[in-house]
Amino acid sequence: MAVYDVVYFAWVRERIGLPREQVESTATHVTDLVRELTAREPRYAAAFADPSAIRVALDQDLSHFDATLDGVREVAFFPPMTGG
Amino acid sequence: MLDGAVSESRYARHHILPEIGKTGQDRLGAARVLVVGAGGLGAPVLLYLAAAGVGHIGIADDDVVSLSNLQRQVLHSTSWLDQPKTYSALERLHDLNPGIDIATYPFRVGEAQAASLVHRYDLVIDCTDNLDGRYVLNRACVKARVPLLSGAISGWEGQIGLYDPVHGGPCFACVFPEVQKQRPIQTKGVVGALPGVVGATMALNAIKHIAGAGASLRGKLMLFDTLWNEQSVLNVARDGTCPVCGDIHFREKREC
Repeated sequence: MAVYDVVYFAWVRERIGLPREQVESTATHVTDLVRELTAREPRYAAAFADPSAIRVALDQDLSHFDATLDGVREVAFFPPMTGG
Repeated sequence: MLDGAVSESRYARHHILPEIGKTGQDRLGAARVLVVGAGGLGAPVLLYLAAAGVGHIGIADDDVVSLSNLQRQVLHSTSWLDQPKTYSALERLHDLNPGIDIATYPFRVGEAQAASLVHRYDLVIDCTDNLDGRYVLNRACVKARVPLLSGAISGWEGQIGLYDPVHGGPCFACVFPEVQKQRPIQTKGVVGALPGVVGATMALNAIKHIAGAGASLRGKLMLFDTLWNEQSVLNVARDGTCPVCGDIHFREKREC
């Protein structure tokens, strides 16, 4: 079991309702973590309903949903923003 | 005063800044910058670039000034309601700094307009209000090999990146791949001072880029969450399979 700092930005944060939380997880890859979060509550399911609209950064490096979480401390989810 | 004395006085605080100095100020004066969008982000970007003495500024926007703009678009004024934003911007910037050239493009920048405009500039600044416009500008800038400084806001949050794949960083589509789907334009709330924070940071990074000062934003993505005081600077790399810029170095070699 690992503990991750999970950070949410923009409408991902709005849907989940908080900017950052610590998540205990047995997930080995980002996709597993997203699956665990999605199963928690409808607000997480709403946030991750369309993963193609969201990017992920692992320890501040842009990454992919199929990346491993081995050695990772911070997972940040962010969509492109559109307003100007 | 003579022109030289005026310039000496106007840019005195830049001249004595070691990272800009007279050399950096000359670079700003010689720079050609296209700002697409004269709304929330465009307002501080245009004001600070004109004040900084960027020698030639292009302003593209097809919109008119509305009452609901004035809570955040501080470039425009109540007396300019219902008039084109490009004209309001032109008057304000001329008044702020009569020593620079300004070109206005009072139309929407689609594929054709972007292709004919961006190659005339050294730097394009994306202050548009929709994702499709951002992809259009990105494609045109990659093709013309012009760096793109792109910012976006919503609610209390913002993002800024400098996309310059010719020099090794990613393009906008490397970081946010284009997904083919309907994207309805949503009218969302935005706190009035947010475009000030994000737009001024964009202007600051444009000045650094032109003057060659400090660390570049190339290969970085800044994320601001002003409601919760979260700020991140992510490392973003080029995607070699990117359909927009994936073959840029191949193209470069072929052209040489």
